[in-house]
Amino acid sequence: MGAALDRIARVDPALRAFLQVTGERAREEALRWDDRYARDAGRLPPLAGLPVALKDNLCTRGIPTTAGSRILDGWVPPYDATVVDRLRDAGAIILGKTNLDEFAMGSSTENSAFGPTRNPWDRSRVPGGSSGGSAAAVAAGFVPFALGSDTGGSIRQPAGFCGVVGLKPTYGRVSRYGLIAFASSLDQIGPITRTVADAALLLGILAGRDPRDSTTADLPVPDFLAELEGGVQGVRIGLPREAFGDGLQTEVRGAVMGAAETLRGLGATVVEIELPTIAYALPTYYLIATSEASTNLARYDGVQYGLRVPSADLHAMYTETRRAGFGAEVKRRIMLGTYALSAGYYEGFFLKAQRVRTLIRRDFETAFASVDLVLMPTSPTVPFSLGEKTEDPLQMYLADVYTIPVNLAGLPAVSVPCGFAGGLPIGVQLIGRAFDEGMVLRAAHTYERATDWHTRRPRDMG
Amino acid sequence: MIDRETVDYVARLARLALSDEERDRYTKQLADLLAHFAMLQTLDTEAVEPTADVVTLANVVRDDVPGPCLPRDAVLAAAPEAEDGYFKVPPVIETESAP
Repeated sequence: MGAALDRIARVDPALRAFLQVTGERAREEALRWDDRYARDAGRLPPLAGLPVALKDNLCTRGIPTTAGSRILDGWVPPYDATVVDRLRDAGAIILGKTNLDEFAMGSSTENSAFGPTRNPWDRSRVPGGSSGGSAAAVAAGFVPFALGSDTGGSIRQPAGFCGVVGLKPTYGRVSRYGLIAFASSLDQIGPITRTVADAALLLGILAGRDPRDSTTADLPVPDFLAELEGGVQGVRIGLPREAFGDGLQTEVRGAVMGAAETLRGLGATVVEIELPTIAYALPTYYLIATSEASTNLARYDGVQYGLRVPSADLHAMYTETRRAGFGAEVKRRIMLGTYALSAGYYEGFFLKAQRVRTLIRRDFETAFASVDLVLMPTSPTVPFSLGEKTEDPLQMYLADVYTIPVNLAGLPAVSVPCGFAGGLPIGVQLIGRAFDEGMVLRAAHTYERATDWHTRRPRDMG
Repeated sequence: MIDRETVDYVARLARLALSDEERDRYTKQLADLLAHFAMLQTLDTEAVEPTADVVTLANVVRDDVPGPCLPRDAVLAAAPEAEDGYFKVPPVIETESAP
């Protein structure tokens, strides 16, 4: 623990992965675990004494939680998220809260009200987003595990950009209780780790029905670790034609096709498939997610928590608090969503998007009748530079073209490292049937064992 | 489709106060985004049901029995202003008719 904290103190000022490090508390807890280890090493819970970092949109009792926003600056939650309870029960020690795009809205962590996080592989570049802090913390070797959240790619894309593993479980697999909501039909919490086995371990701890989140599925949680070693002999993998067209950087295409070839060499059958509606996924997502966000963020009004701008009357308090507390991207999305839901536009925008969402889900269902996994790039490019895409919102949104369809369909997906271009990490995405994380993790693990991308480390800066 | 008056209306619905510069900037950005999103209209969704939820759960209910709540004091301790067990806010004064 001391080593981890020292490393963070030396290296994190250059990266800003952490918004907060709970060093004192972590050291105390570590000492208690040392003690228990000395007394009873055989009967410790699975994560005993291991440090974990949490994205700062996860509520932690007694530890300030900001969602990367000024509107919650200084707010201390009175409760722990369910995933936090489960990590603590498993013995993990919370080392700190990591940086994110404000309210998880972004693809680069540049929308954080507290400054961006930098990519450990190249500090002039973004770590991805919105879980950029968590991905950077794992890539920089601060912690072996971190939690992120994924609404349109916010675990997978930063994991890809930082050369680590990022898993988004099936919608309903992990409880969202205590996750500060962005888009309630799309959000999921998941692990960011060095290896697929670690992700499997963590998923087993986090997953399962929670009476406090009625969208969690009442399904048994498989032993994901036990399912890792099956290999991929006979596993059918589909590559969607639409995901390998224009807009995909040449080096990324090469690395991702290379991953497909490696899996073929390991015994998988690799075929081309079609997902014709994914070309429409971006507008579908940005209408549904922003609509849901406009509702979820209506609660930030200066009344119950966080920032309040003193005002003469209630209405002014609402508008001035929200003006001062929200950043530009959040305001933009709230307005887009409010518009899409407003009278006269609801049918043409929100409802239309919900119908297209059904078509996208059907595309995946059709695909999974003939394949067991879909393989796609995680991102169209290698990590871009800070400031490169902040001028035009649409340019930033396009960074998520390959991750967004998966959230719309509610499916599980993992990003694993599959190569480098100019020293910058490239991720490949494996997508499975609903609740079939076992197959997703098995294929990812098999690929990882046959390669060494996951052993590479960024040049040490400290 | 989206002009300055619409942006003003939407901002009022969303309880957001905007500066003139913000209004102009967001009008342009929202117009550009919505122009891009118009591609959805080219898809025929006549006979397609909207996706209400992805997990197809039905009627997740529980017995109407009180369970544990957050402790009131802890919640109010984190509030900007509280008094006598209530969240305290400035007076409601009708400064304009509600939208």
